[in-house]
Amino acid sequence: MGILDFLKRKPEATASVARERLRIIVAQERSTRGAPDYLPMMRNELLEVIKKYVHVDLEAININFERDSGHEILELSVTLPEGKQAARGEAKGEAKTG
Amino acid sequence: MTAEIIVVTSGKGGVGKTTTSASLATGLAMAGKKTAVIDFDVGLRNLDLIMGCERRVVYDFVNVVHGEATLKQSLIKDKRYDNLYVLAASQTRDKDALTQEGVEKVLDGLSEEGFEYVICDSPAGIEKGAHLAMYFADHAVVVVNPEVSSVRDSDRILGLLASKTRRAEKGEGPVTQHLLLTRYNPARVAIGEMLSVKDVEEILGIAVVGVIPESENVLTASNNGIPVIVDAASQAGQAYSDTVARILGEERPLRFVDVPKKGFLQRVFGG
Repeated sequence: MGILDFLKRKPEATASVARERLRIIVAQERSTRGAPDYLPMMRNELLEVIKKYVHVDLEAININFERDSGHEILELSVTLPEGKQAARGEAKGEAKTG
Repeated sequence: MTAEIIVVTSGKGGVGKTTTSASLATGLAMAGKKTAVIDFDVGLRNLDLIMGCERRVVYDFVNVVHGEATLKQSLIKDKRYDNLYVLAASQTRDKDALTQEGVEKVLDGLSEEGFEYVICDSPAGIEKGAHLAMYFADHAVVVVNPEVSSVRDSDRILGLLASKTRRAEKGEGPVTQHLLLTRYNPARVAIGEMLSVKDVEEILGIAVVGVIPESENVLTASNNGIPVIVDAASQAGQAYSDTVARILGEERPLRFVDVPKKGFLQRVFGG
């Protein structure tokens, strides 16, 4: 069986996996490009504050930095977990439940 | 007259920056352009080996910057092409040996000497050496392999080219960006094992200026200290020649990006 499996083995088409992973990470890194260096630190501190009220992890906080002509936009979104523990506090800003 | 300054950069190491710098500089000289190629990798000099002039280095880039030698004394004339010169990196461990003013002085000096093209071979990374190599550039050749970490790093570099260069800071128009895909293996692309030219172009949002196939001739060329572009029989050499022609404004179709069709005998007997 092992020998037959070996003969049948086809190389995995992993290029499509690479392509999708790159699409996502490149888009994400472009969105924070040119943003202030304090952004990751601020994100961690915000997480600590939010954690006092709601149980969320780092991935639930999304920070977007955009630079238009003349002004800069800092967009912060927090994805709250479903269920009861989410009802402990009210998160301000652009929050959605998902 | 001002020399056109081309930086060869990538972010990630080992993708073929020095191989590319050597072949582009040689190709421009073959096209009749007076060309200098500078190694910016202070502490890890290697361009001299790829160009085959390692035993003729007397003075280097840092010596010129510090006024210990003149530009003329430090430029190493190529053995094959009269209009091609190499400026070696220093082997000093002092990372601050190069300064922005020093680099500018050398580049201005090359323009005064009548050079038409200056190729700046960047070190890997995004530290000072890489920054200085790209700062004065008019054009950038971003070398990328069809592999995740290289593609991601080149996107970082494209971002830096758009913001951390003299052209960007002084609003003199953007640095022209050229993407060069190297170590390309059409057979692996065909069976879905490797990112394709189209994939890389789409992810990074710019078109390639050339595709260099993975080739054993590249190692042979570096063993011999002869830039692979000189090997006109090799696919890699021909692909570099096409790339140089495109940089000079010529239109040429991409070659060596598809799996060669097998002949009748090959199909019957394999191979």
